[in-house]
Amino acid sequence: MDKFIFLQHYWWFLISLLAALLVTLMFVQGGQTLLLKIGRSDIQQKMILNSLGRKWEITFTTLVVYGGAFFASFPLYYSTSFGGAYWLWMIILFSFIVQAVAYEFMNKPGNFLGKHTYQAFLYINGIVGVFCIGVAVGTMFTGAPFTVAKGNITETFMPVISTWDTPYHGLEAFLDLRNLLLGAALVFLARIGGAMYLIFNINDQDVVKRCYRSVIVNTIPFLVFFLSFVIWVFLSKGYGFDPQNGAVSLIKYKYFLNMIQLPYLIVMFLVGVVLVLFAIGMTIVKKGYSHAFWYEAAGVLLVVLSLFLALGYNNTCFYPSNTNPQSSLTIYNSSSSLFTLEVMAYVSLLLPVVIIYGFIAWRAMDKKRIQASDFGSTGDGNM
Amino acid sequence: MDELTTTLVDWARGQSALTAMYHWLFVPLTLGLSVIMSICETIYFKTGNDEWKRITKFWMTLFGVNFAIGIATGIILEFQFGTNWSNYSWFVGDIFGAPLAIEGIMAFFLESIFSAVMFFGWNKVSKGFHLTATWLTTIGASLSALWILIANAWMQYPVGMKFNPDTVRNEMMNFGEVVFSPVAIDKFFHTVISSWVLGSVFVIGVSCWFLIKNRNSALALKSIKVASIFGLIAILLTLYTGDSSAKIVAKVQPMKLAAMEGLYEGNTHQAITAFGILNPEKKYNNDDDPFLWAIQIPDGLSILAYRKAGAFVGGINDLIEGGYEAETIKGEKYIMPSMEERMKSGKLALNALAGFRQAKSEGNSDDMAKYQEILEENYPNFGYAYINDVSQTIPPVDIVFYAFHTMVLLGAYFLLFFIVMLCVYGRKNPNPHRYRWLSWVGLCSIPLAYIMSESGWVTAEVGRQPWTIQDVLPTFASISKLSTGSVQTTFWLFLILFTVLLIADIWIIIRQIKKEDFDKSATQDHNESY
Repeated sequence: MDKFIFLQHYWWFLISLLAALLVTLMFVQGGQTLLLKIGRSDIQQKMILNSLGRKWEITFTTLVVYGGAFFASFPLYYSTSFGGAYWLWMIILFSFIVQAVAYEFMNKPGNFLGKHTYQAFLYINGIVGVFCIGVAVGTMFTGAPFTVAKGNITETFMPVISTWDTPYHGLEAFLDLRNLLLGAALVFLARIGGAMYLIFNINDQDVVKRCYRSVIVNTIPFLVFFLSFVIWVFLSKGYGFDPQNGAVSLIKYKYFLNMIQLPYLIVMFLVGVVLVLFAIGMTIVKKGYSHAFWYEAAGVLLVVLSLFLALGYNNTCFYPSNTNPQSSLTIYNSSSSLFTLEVMAYVSLLLPVVIIYGFIAWRAMDKKRIQASDFGSTGDGNM
Repeated sequence: MDELTTTLVDWARGQSALTAMYHWLFVPLTLGLSVIMSICETIYFKTGNDEWKRITKFWMTLFGVNFAIGIATGIILEFQFGTNWSNYSWFVGDIFGAPLAIEGIMAFFLESIFSAVMFFGWNKVSKGFHLTATWLTTIGASLSALWILIANAWMQYPVGMKFNPDTVRNEMMNFGEVVFSPVAIDKFFHTVISSWVLGSVFVIGVSCWFLIKNRNSALALKSIKVASIFGLIAILLTLYTGDSSAKIVAKVQPMKLAAMEGLYEGNTHQAITAFGILNPEKKYNNDDDPFLWAIQIPDGLSILAYRKAGAFVGGINDLIEGGYEAETIKGEKYIMPSMEERMKSGKLALNALAGFRQAKSEGNSDDMAKYQEILEENYPNFGYAYINDVSQTIPPVDIVFYAFHTMVLLGAYFLLFFIVMLCVYGRKNPNPHRYRWLSWVGLCSIPLAYIMSESGWVTAEVGRQPWTIQDVLPTFASISKLSTGSVQTTFWLFLILFTVLLIADIWIIIRQIKKEDFDKSATQDHNESY
């Protein structure tokens, strides 16, 4: 394989991996939406807040790194999608800005807005933020209205290369039902992950009992939304391109075909689905089972990874334009230069190091589960 | 046909300036305070003296509040390159994206993973592991600064790249040149070390408040001692790196230097303005005196910029007219081209690019080669193709001049500040009651440190105008095609949200300081929690 093509595939794999990690780690967001439902007393809320609070930055950082890595490896996506679907991304950003202060400020005296505002921030992040990320990822399957014309740079009056073809700048994504289904599926998946994480991380019967219930309650809508999205997308046409001349065309069952033509994808996808279902099943069936979180996490990672790989591999347009299909982005026409991808490939070797020290720190901190007596003595509960 | 409006560009610039300046309210304290609390914890680790643990914990609490809002204001800066500067993201993404991604992989994970251990791990991990986590958080913060400053330095002094007319973007050719660019190295040390100054002033200021209130004296005096030694070292290094950055700016961004000094007509033996009041009537094309009043030091600017009293320093009009001998950062002599020549050359480059693309679509390889040659020859002036009038090449002199001089004067003030603090409080048994006035000075100096730090960035970034990438891409060709109303809306939303969060941040910090009871904390060792 040509080195450049190899690196473009390698970097799409890393982007997919980061996306998969991000969705897996969004259990934090899901957990945030369960704060009041599962934490009925102050001390229970405190346990949940502190349990999630030791992890939120990792999810947040993964989002930031996902953005940075996308910028470095496929900058045309960065300039086209962020500058075009402006409002969609702005909603997502606002929901993460308010999350970043919520944990630290919520229970501190002098926080100016009151505890409930910061709780609302966590809800906004957990519902609106996650839903909109789902919608944004949905457009990578369903397409977005944009045009890329590199020659525009020579027009001194309007030199912008990537332009959006609707005045709604991202809000039109909410009109495609498939995007909404993915958004909704993510919200409920995050809540399942959040509940399983809390079962694993908190030692409090009352909390754990409500988490079990929460897993059951959220599973039904999750399955409905997720399966409708996957089946619909697999049965829809998708944008592919001819590797010889770059001509973009609509291909029947494109994403399903990708899964079959690259059989490891369908294997990953199915194994992932089975792991998630296993985690849910064990939580429901086996009393006192607390390790479902790890199976769920592994399952989500595999499913998202396989779907993202199906988006970019096998001559597929990972960000199709539905107003100007020839402008669609592929891993070939949107990537950085060979040299940059190569430099960044060396940098990417740090990722396993990050995962290893992340794991060590996580284990050191989570050796003992969080329990009420951890916070027993401090009346006002401040640092 | 659509046309770019200057209002869209101005609002997008306003939003970037707003979010960057808000972000910078929190970053220098993170950078400075993290080192100070790491030092305090190291003393605790070495001596086993519990007082130092409590001192560390106190500063760590304030660090945590500040850190959270730093993260909140930081995320927008990364994504804003895409949302508001779409053309920029494509045009230089091949180079600029890399340090941003490396920042995330190398620094942000380090910070986020180990700060959780640092905040909540006191009773969960060993003393050694905890100290390591604290230092790793500190190193993570500085590494993050390193990579983003490399990216910023590249915008001021683009190196290690080549324009590719096929892909219509600049492509990286030499990563080492980008990372080890003299501008990047200088910027990193100047920015990070000046943040240590701010962190030290903050620690001294808060400690002085305790002294004024006659509370927590042990914490205050110990903290002042650490911070004034650290601060004195930091301000000396800041002045040193500031001096070398002036020398670099003179070569890579002479227009910025001219604006910093309000210098229109340059000269050999050029004086430096210690301080002055600009004449608001002065334009580059009238004969008014640039200053209403000024104190100048003979030969100062020539020495600062070129280390030679007789060296010629170009002013704004010299740069517009060109024709004098100048020097690159590598020491090569060249004749400064005039702005008109540069604009002409830029237009040649842009037309050659259009010609190249036309020839390519027709499959005419002879023409492609011909146009590519013209393009390459004129590429250093590419950005000037978008300039219609020479006045566009002059940054807002008043903002840059006042920001620069405010920074320098405050820098000198803080040198004195740390010396006095060290003389008074560095002694064995200082008597804070005798020096009450000095405690007030310490407390009141906190905002001055912020003004100094922000002024530095205003000098660097406003002085760079109209360029996003020096000489290669102006702001008005870097933009996303949005409606002005959209950008206005997000501008106000950011302003309101960040202002509210800033108020919350300040109130929380004040309350945390007020409720600190150092003696009581000796008997209570509870688990940290949100």
